[in-house]
Amino acid sequence: MNDVLTWLTDPAHWQGYDGIPARLWEHVWYSALALAIAAAVAIPLGLWVGHTGRGRFLAVNLTGAFRAIPSLGLLFASLMILGPRIQGDAGVLVPTELILVVLAIPPILAGTYSGVEQVDAAARDAARGMGMRGSQVLAKVEVPCAMPLIASGLRSAALQVVATATLAATVGLGGLGRFLIDGLAVRDYAQMAGGAVLVAALALLVDLAASMLQRVVVSPGLTGKTERRDTAKRRLKTRTAS
Amino acid sequence: MVWVRDHLDDIWAYAVQHAWLAGVPLVLGLLLAVPLGWLSRKYGWLYTPLVAGTGLLYTIPSLALFILMPLVLGTQILDPVNVIVAMTIYTVALLVRTVADALRAVPDSVIASATAMGLRPMRRFFTVELPLAVPVISAGLRVAAVSNVSIVSVAALIGVPQLGSLFTDGFYRDFLDPIVAGLVACVLLALIFDLVIVLVTRMLTPWLRSDAARAGRTTA
Repeated sequence: MNDVLTWLTDPAHWQGYDGIPARLWEHVWYSALALAIAAAVAIPLGLWVGHTGRGRFLAVNLTGAFRAIPSLGLLFASLMILGPRIQGDAGVLVPTELILVVLAIPPILAGTYSGVEQVDAAARDAARGMGMRGSQVLAKVEVPCAMPLIASGLRSAALQVVATATLAATVGLGGLGRFLIDGLAVRDYAQMAGGAVLVAALALLVDLAASMLQRVVVSPGLTGKTERRDTAKRRLKTRTAS
Repeated sequence: MVWVRDHLDDIWAYAVQHAWLAGVPLVLGLLLAVPLGWLSRKYGWLYTPLVAGTGLLYTIPSLALFILMPLVLGTQILDPVNVIVAMTIYTVALLVRTVADALRAVPDSVIASATAMGLRPMRRFFTVELPLAVPVISAGLRVAAVSNVSIVSVAALIGVPQLGSLFTDGFYRDFLDPIVAGLVACVLLALIFDLVIVLVTRMLTPWLRSDAARAGRTTA
């Protein structure tokens, strides 16, 4: 335990290209890039599936089946098949990012289509009754109502990506996983446990940030907060009236 | 695929080890989650801290959790116990919420009838509440089983042999066959786990089948 603390607090480990801040930055950008690409693919696709109800069977089964495939094997296979076909450093980065994206898509897709699907039919009908077109119903009613589930899909995708980005070190990339893999290679327990603490801390921080973001993006009309405020106001009004 | 034919014995041995490392935590996790779920049903205020606390543990990436286990348990890094305990933590984290929600979903009227029939709380829990919660708990267990099988393979990196060892073997030798064999074997194992849980659930919930049979007869 003390060795781990010593490793974590050693100033030499906090500088340079292989220091903790540099590895943390690598880890964050691998993850952020993969999450952004996955969201750009999965959210529109999920909205389409949820809005039209088409391809639902495929979406449900795909998201379920993907949980069973081990990410480590997928990563190695992707690297060995695609790596030699891509020139230079991208030969490692592209196959790895591809797997991170592939792993992030199912949770976002599932969150998005089930979010749109569970929108109250009455709300949808009301929107149509008000003369909204399909795209308007989607943008003004379905998306805001689906936001809690879209956000929670993004949240679990982010955790999945941060966890899998740790494995990027096994194929020679950077990221916080470097400390775990290098420590294992030379049997330096302090280094691998120190790295593991950092990875766990990053995952917890990402989860915390995602849960705060979840609160921000969800319309107050869905959380019941405005309702409470309205009833409070109404109560105040009735009180002043009487 | 000649490689697969020549190494069926190795693959089988890895698969047995894999089933053990993924299956034992599933049983242990269920045995821990049921009393925890019962507690959070009995004392409502426990629900949020229990679900949030185990949820936090679930966010820790598997490789990090495997490596941190020796710090907590005082074991050696190569000890398979690290993997068993870490996987049990994940299983409990997934199941506590499921069990608590499943028990909450048992209708109050059913519990009241059981009480009126003279069942004491313990007996009522095991003969009425828990059996009625089985379908929901089983759904949670299926998710945990499939993700356990997939996560265990990461333990190959810390040198605990199982199907994941085929990935590291293949990768270090630049040889795709073992990796493909490992992927297929992992998915098959996950399917077998899923099938076993579905079958056990069917055995434990005969009333669901008789209902379905009756519904079938009336429509026929």
